[in-house]
Amino acid sequence: MLKINNLHASVEDKAILRGVNLEVKAGEVHAIMGPNGSGKSTLAAVIAGKEEYDVEEGEILFENENIDELAAEERAHKGIFMSFQYPVEIPGVSVTNFMKTAINETRKAKGLEDMPANEMLKLIREKSELLEIDRKFLSRSLNEGFSGGEKKRNEIFQMAILEPKLAILDETDSGLDIDALRIVANGVNKLKSKDNAVIVITHYQRLLDYIVPDFVHVLHNGKIVKSGTKELAHELEEKGYDWIKEEVNA
Amino acid sequence: MDLKEKLVSSFLAFENQVDVDSPIHDVRSEAIKTFEEKGFPSKKEEAWKYTSLNTILKHDYSVFPKQENALEFSDVKKYFIHDIDSYKIVFIDGKYTSHLSQTTHDSMDVCLMSAALAKPKYRLVIENYFNKIATKDSLSSLNTAFSSEGAYIHIPKNKLVEKPIQIIHFATGNESAVMLQPRNLIVVDENSHVQIIERHQSLTDNPVLTNSVTEIYANKRAIVDYYKVQNDNENASLIDNTFINQKQESVASVHTFSFGGKLTRNNLNFFQNGERIDSTLKGVTIIGNKQHVDHNTLVHHIEPNCESHQDYKGIFGDSATGVFNGKVIVNKEAQKTNAFQANNNILISDKASINTKPQLEIFADDVKCSHGCTIGQLDESAMFYMRSRGIPEKEAKALLMYAFSNNVLSSVKIPEIKQRITKIIATKLGVKIGFDL
Repeated sequence: MLKINNLHASVEDKAILRGVNLEVKAGEVHAIMGPNGSGKSTLAAVIAGKEEYDVEEGEILFENENIDELAAEERAHKGIFMSFQYPVEIPGVSVTNFMKTAINETRKAKGLEDMPANEMLKLIREKSELLEIDRKFLSRSLNEGFSGGEKKRNEIFQMAILEPKLAILDETDSGLDIDALRIVANGVNKLKSKDNAVIVITHYQRLLDYIVPDFVHVLHNGKIVKSGTKELAHELEEKGYDWIKEEVNA
Repeated sequence: MDLKEKLVSSFLAFENQVDVDSPIHDVRSEAIKTFEEKGFPSKKEEAWKYTSLNTILKHDYSVFPKQENALEFSDVKKYFIHDIDSYKIVFIDGKYTSHLSQTTHDSMDVCLMSAALAKPKYRLVIENYFNKIATKDSLSSLNTAFSSEGAYIHIPKNKLVEKPIQIIHFATGNESAVMLQPRNLIVVDENSHVQIIERHQSLTDNPVLTNSVTEIYANKRAIVDYYKVQNDNENASLIDNTFINQKQESVASVHTFSFGGKLTRNNLNFFQNGERIDSTLKGVTIIGNKQHVDHNTLVHHIEPNCESHQDYKGIFGDSATGVFNGKVIVNKEAQKTNAFQANNNILISDKASINTKPQLEIFADDVKCSHGCTIGQLDESAMFYMRSRGIPEKEAKALLMYAFSNNVLSSVKIPEIKQRITKIIATKLGVKIGFDL
């Protein structure tokens, strides 16, 4: 589904990714771990199409198509979704209106008519129940005054509605208490199927107890320096990242 | 002959058309003298520093335009808020048009200024209210000098006017250029409530200059909601001079939606003559090309325990320019005044500009006054967030601009106006928005 070859990316002439290789197949869950500043969030943003980042070398193939030239919305229309580490507050736009616009713009891009209002309501109701989101919450301005947990739950709620092929969860666990973590993880697990894939970006192993990865990769200095299975996550939790840095330097 | 000379000499011709024995005529004669002395305002005056009238004054306006074209309702329906029942006072090239209007004398007067100035039964109201709060600045004086037609609305006490009143001016001129000077008088007596919508619409590509004066009196406990829809074509300019006198416990609001026109200047003046008065001044401006919109507001707090709320949002694209000059005066006696003012602007082009200036003159010591102005660009991180959800750039921009304007739209009390404004904004931004705010 996703194939990243020798990806180099920079922001304001500062190199951040220095040759990332990664392949994610349908049905798989990949975890990307790494110390602060290793380039994890940059990798997520580059896949999602953030314009501030310049891809200098390498390529990102999504379903065998190079998506380098595609705008963020076009990538979204193809089925790429990123859950933000810091979801943006948009005063004046309600959660419901935001989702309606997102759904109908995605449908428009696929040549479909707007979703009928009753179908839309049903979808929103169904998915809000999955994420245990209160009805009142939906008429509030997007992310404005939301707690950390509410913001993250709202991200997964959006994911549930948009049903992406590839979901990238950027530090979704940060700022979550254990109950919220369980709700979010449960939401992600329910949405998982053999046809879609998930990349979980995290600093800690905690979330991986709930969303169990098939593969774990360690990103360091803009490169994947080690890959393994879920046991690698446990090892990192126990020993920290220093041994990896030493291994790389050796 | 420049426009000033032309106007002054036209006054003699004007006198041949009106009743010079009426006491109003002394007011007019006085006013033309004031205009002759002061002339049109120039950029040397502080209040006109950022707005030059030079380019719009250079046309050879016809001062007494003839009504040249008859209009059918179906041709101009879109300029009305037509999905609600309303009273309508409609003018074409300054002349009253009965077949597009719906006036009334049934327990209140929604009719014409020309009738009110001529007929004895209105004399008392005219004597008490006409030209009593309009200031003696040159443009208002010019309007006063030529005042003969416009809307006359008198709501007696304890009357809830259920249908909004629409005042619409069309310009159709085949003449090279026309100047219109409508004069409106609105008197709302004790405990009464009225909603008014005003619009100026040019249907010609020839230049149109409108210099309008509206005097509004909100007497004790009256409620007046006024909406100005300014979405004219780009050869039309508007100088809107509005004066509102409020008595105790009255509530008055003016929402100004400025989307069109070549040059628009809103001189909006509130005078609080009583206690526990509430005044609201709100506006959304969205312009592009070389359009210019200038909001020049004044709230004069004269007595204690009153409030005023100002909230103006502006979005400027291309080479558009905007001005916000908000003056608040709090007299020494006006203790416990709450006066708020906000002006937020987004520049979406490098060539667009806004000059914003709050001006507070506070002479009382126990007051709450706040003001804030911001100038920014569209939030890039919000743009990426929306685009990553599949909302294309143009629509994402539009959504952000809606959100930005939302505070102002949310206090509009007539849903059809809110829908209309939403639609105009969407058209303006070239998008289709799938929901109403």
